[in-house]
Amino acid sequence: MNDNNEIMILDAVERYIRGEMNPEERLYFENLRKTSPDIDQLVVEHTLFLQQMNRFGERKSFKALLQDTHIVLAEQGKIDSSRLKGKAKVVYLWNRYKRVAAIAASIAGITALLVTGTVNYISPKTDNAKLKELGMKVGILEQNDKALDKKLNEVNSNITSKIKPGTPIKGGGTGFLIDAKGYIVTNAHVLNKGKNIIVLNNKGEQFIAEIITIDIKKDIAVLKIKDKDFKPYSSLPYGFKKSSTDIAESIYTLGYPKNEIVYSEGYLSAKSGFNGDSLSCQLGIAVNEGNSGGPVLNNNGEVIGILSTKELQAEGVAFAVQSRFILQTIDQLKKDDTAYQNLKIPAKSTLAGMDKKQQVKKIQDCVFMIRSY
Amino acid sequence: MKQETNEKALLQGLASNDKKAVEAIYRENYNSIQALIINNNGSADDAKDIFQEAMIVLYEKVRSGTFELNCQIKTYVYSVCRRLWLKRLQQLSRYSSPVETLEGVVPVDEEIEEHEKRDAEFEMMDKAVSNLGEPCKSLLEAYYLQKQSMQDIAANFGYTNADNAKNQKYKCLMRLKKIFFTHYKNGKSDE
Repeated sequence: MNDNNEIMILDAVERYIRGEMNPEERLYFENLRKTSPDIDQLVVEHTLFLQQMNRFGERKSFKALLQDTHIVLAEQGKIDSSRLKGKAKVVYLWNRYKRVAAIAASIAGITALLVTGTVNYISPKTDNAKLKELGMKVGILEQNDKALDKKLNEVNSNITSKIKPGTPIKGGGTGFLIDAKGYIVTNAHVLNKGKNIIVLNNKGEQFIAEIITIDIKKDIAVLKIKDKDFKPYSSLPYGFKKSSTDIAESIYTLGYPKNEIVYSEGYLSAKSGFNGDSLSCQLGIAVNEGNSGGPVLNNNGEVIGILSTKELQAEGVAFAVQSRFILQTIDQLKKDDTAYQNLKIPAKSTLAGMDKKQQVKKIQDCVFMIRSY
Repeated sequence: MKQETNEKALLQGLASNDKKAVEAIYRENYNSIQALIINNNGSADDAKDIFQEAMIVLYEKVRSGTFELNCQIKTYVYSVCRRLWLKRLQQLSRYSSPVETLEGVVPVDEEIEEHEKRDAEFEMMDKAVSNLGEPCKSLLEAYYLQKQSMQDIAANFGYTNADNAKNQKYKCLMRLKKIFFTHYKNGKSDE
């Protein structure tokens, strides 16, 4: 009996929503709505439901109509058939597999580079054949340099390149500020015995720098920007970590494997370097030539090392000189030469707690491309 | 001027489910969309999916009655397809160079957002209806979607009279509403 009652109410609600009631009935029902919250609620809920149901039905039949239309038009040849023929198919396959092709080609290219790399490179330590310094390939670099020079000249003919065009490049890579006044640390091998150093910031501005100290054994070099165009920074965003870092900690680096700053991230895989070398630590990170000399930072924005070499026989294994050796080098420098007494390495990072994007934004101004001539 | 009235007529036809209008819009636009998708890492099937989705967006827009098209249908469909395909590419994280703008594009972000909401609602109802099982599913579809009368339904489904059919319809409806609103409220609270 109760059921019947509810069926009648719902029936009335549906007729009310569809506007099928005559005026008298409608007035009566509207009064009922006002006095009974339950019925009012039912009307609201059912309106929503019917609206959803209508949309569902409309879309369903429209979908069927579209499907029919597609088949009809394709059969009549009025639209391109879904089966691809001739050129369209080639374009499609090329688009689909160009990435695979690109990867295959780069693997071939990398293999070729690695083979030449094994022959050419001399590392300061042990098993030369298995390690590869990440300084940029001079050939590639020269090409890039020409392109860059050309670009810069185009952009502003007033700015002349700070080094005579045609001077042979000896080496290149990345470096970063250790003191806001313009002191830069990088790898010794990045300079590759060059004497004239140019550093470029991420906006492409060039500054002349000079070598202050080189420690071939530690593979550390300190430079000072000596250029009137360079404006010293007020402070550096990152700090330098004195203690060692735990393995598995995630790390990242910024560097110039191409003419543009590049971010890569990875993790600390071991506290010692290649063949147990205690000077460096081992990283799981994919880096390239040109990344050498770049800062390796942890999530708090503390520098834990300088990226220096990668293993040739394994992809994604790289090594970094531990940051405490930077500090050692600086301490030694201060002892040897009183001119550098005021050199101050920031101990505390201001980046802790910031997300990576923010950190990188602040750090990228402190990372430079290094060229040695 | 002539083209404008022509486009208006097409949209009106679309709103009233006119087969010829749908066919005309389909024929005019499909090939360029297929080219767009195929040139940007998609297949012909993807093209069909995306194009039909855009057609649904346009259809539901004109059905709402408040829609005024301020550009050509072609530009609108192209813009919607482009946006939908970019979204799809992101979801698949298929590598691709950004979809190039070959023709004019109008902003359609609002439409896409609305479309996604409606899409979710459609899926909810679709799921609820298919969970219902027979004969409830057919019974409710006959009444609410095909708008058949209770007498016809009683005859078609083999009920002795319309009242019995109504009784059955009521039970089915209660079940469907329960399933649908559980999902609907969950879906809303997720947002």
